Amino acid sequence: MPETKRPLSPHLGIYSWAVSNTLSILHRMTGVALSVGTLALLSWIVAAAAGETAYNSVLYVLSGPLGLLILLGFSASLFYHLGNGIRHLCWDAGLGFAKNFARLSGLFTLLAAIIATALYWLGFFA
Amino acid sequence: MAEFTLPPNSRVKKGRLFSAQPGAENVRRFVIYRYDPDSGENPRMDTYEVDTSSCGPMVLDALIKIKNEIDPTLTFRRSCREGICGSCAMNIGGTNTLACTQATTDLRGDVKIYPLPHMPVVKDLVPDLTHFYTQYASIKPWLQTRTPAPTDHERLQSKHDQEKINSPSACILCACCSTSCPSYWWNSDRFLGPAALLAAYRWLVDTRDDAKAERLDNLEGTFRLYRCHTIMNCTNACPKDLNPAKAIAEIKKTLAVR
Repeated sequence: MPETKRPLSPHLGIYSWAVSNTLSILHRMTGVALSVGTLALLSWIVAAAAGETAYNSVLYVLSGPLGLLILLGFSASLFYHLGNGIRHLCWDAGLGFAKNFARLSGLFTLLAAIIATALYWLGFFA
Repeated sequence: MAEFTLPPNSRVKKGRLFSAQPGAENVRRFVIYRYDPDSGENPRMDTYEVDTSSCGPMVLDALIKIKNEIDPTLTFRRSCREGICGSCAMNIGGTNTLACTQATTDLRGDVKIYPLPHMPVVKDLVPDLTHFYTQYASIKPWLQTRTPAPTDHERLQSKHDQEKINSPSACILCACCSTSCPSYWWNSDRFLGPAALLAAYRWLVDTRDDAKAERLDNLEGTFRLYRCHTIMNCTNACPKDLNPAKAIAEIKKTLAVR
């Protein structure tokens, strides 16, 4: 064999997206979003402790279009991460590994997260 | 830290087009990863137009036809052509599978063929599996006993005990699962990957084996077993319809209650 360095075969860029791996990376992404989103939540609490002016300015940002979008993303992340977390608990118990079942449970979790987020925000504006 | 992009020497360039003979009726395009270690050039994607009316139904049939009739330099592994040797494992249409059991008609559009993902490429569709086999050997895939063997018969098993190992024993070590796993892509230096772990499970549940404790010790730690995040690419890819993801979960459970 020649001593040249062998190339690495393509991976992430060519592998097909299925329900299972898409929802898996979504779980990781929503986890990161929740960590960052907690900082936004924290800023709200810190502002409340800091006084009326600080609280009002944070409230102004959070109730603006961008703030609402962040909160929407935060709540959607929370519901998805929660639902998929339960799915992970089932897996840790050795349940739900059949190929079709894992696919269906994933789609169900996604749907449940969308419905929960919608209900939450409908309740918010009702 | 995981490298999500390919190193400079691995970036894939555009390659040649091998047009079909005039008069070919049912032309199907096969876009195939090529790498020639002697040229020193980057890998490329060559396109072969194949007349499927004079070709067998499987992707392997098309590869053999290309090698025989269009381009004899095309290099790939194959042997049994019936899904039991595991030699022709490759990435076809974005999913790892065996070329010999993948029907061309089950794929849509141009048939894109790459070597197994995130592996060092020896040539064209041939990956270097040395590390994969070393990991398999590291789980000691043989019967380890303490008790003396019966003098007048073999170490017998009940039908029920045999059923526990039936499915995981059916693994053909084609590497479709391990090389489909993103955790394996980023951490194959320390994570054993689904194939080796399925084999580990096969020996853990074998009632004749006496080395369960040592086998479990060997899997402890943050990487060897626990880099599995239940992405399920392994189970989805397995051409033998086995379930490495479930086997890994069972090992985790065994470790948790021990």
